[in-house]
Amino acid sequence: MSPLVQAKALTKHFGTFEAVRGIDVEVRRGEAFGFLGPNGAGKSSTMRMIACVSGRTSGDLTVLGMDPDVDGPKIRARIGVVPQLDNLDTELTVRQNLQVYGRYFGLSRAHVRAKAAELMEFAQLTDRANDEVEPLSGGMKRRLTIARSLVNDPELLLLDEPTTGLDPQARHLLWDRLFRLKQDGVTLIITTHYMDEAEQLCDRLVVMDGGRIAAEGSPSELISRYSTREVLELRFQPGSEPPVLDDLAERVEVLPDRVLLYAADGEAALQAVHARGINPVASLVRRSSLEDVFLRLTGRTLVD
Amino acid sequence: MTVPTGRVLSPLHAAWLCVEKHWAWYRRNWRATVISNFLQPVLFLVAIGIGFGSQVQPSEITGGVPYVQYLAPALVVITAIQNATFESTYAILSAFIWQKTFIGIVATPITPAQVLYGQLIWIVGRLLSGCAVFLVIAALLGAVSGPGVLLALPFATLAGMAFSAPIVAFSATLDKPDSFNTIFRFVLMPMTLFTGAFFPVSQLPDWLEPLVWITPAWHGIELARGATFGTLGFLPALGHVAFLAVLTAVGIVLARKYFHRRLAM
Ligand SMILES: Nc1ncnc2c1ncn2[C@@H]1O[C@H](COP(=O)(O)OP(=O)(O)O)[C@@H](O)[C@H]1O
Ligand SMILES: [Mg+2]
Repeated sequence: MSPLVQAKALTKHFGTFEAVRGIDVEVRRGEAFGFLGPNGAGKSSTMRMIACVSGRTSGDLTVLGMDPDVDGPKIRARIGVVPQLDNLDTELTVRQNLQVYGRYFGLSRAHVRAKAAELMEFAQLTDRANDEVEPLSGGMKRRLTIARSLVNDPELLLLDEPTTGLDPQARHLLWDRLFRLKQDGVTLIITTHYMDEAEQLCDRLVVMDGGRIAAEGSPSELISRYSTREVLELRFQPGSEPPVLDDLAERVEVLPDRVLLYAADGEAALQAVHARGINPVASLVRRSSLEDVFLRLTGRTLVD
Repeated sequence: MTVPTGRVLSPLHAAWLCVEKHWAWYRRNWRATVISNFLQPVLFLVAIGIGFGSQVQPSEITGGVPYVQYLAPALVVITAIQNATFESTYAILSAFIWQKTFIGIVATPITPAQVLYGQLIWIVGRLLSGCAVFLVIAALLGAVSGPGVLLALPFATLAGMAFSAPIVAFSATLDKPDSFNTIFRFVLMPMTLFTGAFFPVSQLPDWLEPLVWITPAWHGIELARGATFGTLGFLPALGHVAFLAVLTAVGIVLARKYFHRRLAM
């Protein structure tokens, strides 16, 4: 089956600034695909090109087998978009937002009426149906934006930082909704700078940094390729020079606030540290995450 | 497996859906806007037309009718120009930068140009209805000379659009609203007072007159008043309409360019 989205050497320039510097991406039908990267990596610029609201500077791009430059409206009719910044009509009610938006897709009044009711149920907003959007909480607005993006039953859903700025409870509720969509066969493309979100939601992802793709794979593949099974985190007295521990692990990263020892067996590494008479203020053994992959690939942490 | 239900619409249908969106808003909020739509022109009508006008003898200049009736068709144009200004400034900028609703719409099959057309159609509707309400009030106040004043409506709306379209284009280039105050104070206000609504333009210093000729308000007032009192010659009418149509067209072309730049880059 041909990929739902295919980009080859895709670039996006703003004036002389290169936001996207030649990326190759292939998204298959039915998968949840992620762009993981820090702010400024070029994730939104890429998403906007895929969403056919921003022309590419160079390279090839097909979405649903069509060229956005030629068939933008046709493609947009079949996809759903959750932008990074909500653009709900805050002076309309929850229900009106869904109905009005559905009409833009050429749907009949009767259809959008039924669809709005269904989506408000899905987004747990039924009891706010006739309230204006303005006073809703951030989580509710985000849920409404996601509900709105589904009004045309899209086969491809683009989510640009769907949970940024939300509290943990609201995030989990959103993740649950996204799982359900995936089960219904909707292809998801998600950008995020949260590694837990990428790990939770994405079957496959690319790590993006400075407009380029640094690595690609499933979360577990990336972790096993670029990190060890476990990580020992050590914290020392602030201001003190951390001891040299390079020989105790496969790799050591010294961060401003802690030292990370990459080792297959974190407990063993910790014992070796203690055996040297070194006593950190705090220590923690954990499994490797995409955060560690990112650190390895770029030398920087994902969220600063 | 879900089957997408969206489809691409004809440009006119797409633009009309943008109008529908405004209507959805208007149905809930018209009370808050309706007064401001004609408050100032009605105040002019009462204070200057009825109050001050009681001191003015009907003369050749007023076409032989009482001053307030002479004023009424021109104030229809002023109503249109004022509403055009409100509808073309904050409302546009907000849809780009605060509410970002335009950005939401162009993620659907609708294109930036269609968003613009919908917005302009909506503004036409607002101008027509605002002017109509003003005329009803003017009639109740006895400021209307006869049914001829209805002819002022289309000309006022055209003049309003000749101002609206370029301002919409301008608003689409802004990142902050600071320059709107300049428009209100140094364009709208003088255009209200000095383009022939209250007194003939010939009373102005000679060097000012050419400046008046390039305002949509003056052309609109000439048309509206001439049509109301049956004094409009065919060629002058054609000239005024052509000027307003060109201004509107230039505004639309520019606005299309800026909407595209803003929403599809
Ligand atoms: N419209 C624009 N004009 C100029 N620069 C832009 C524009 N949009 C994004 N950029 C720049 O491109 C870079 C990538 O931005 P973006 O794609 O939003 O990254 P991300 O979504 O990963 O945070 C940033 O440095 C940003 O400042
Ligand atoms: Mg972004």
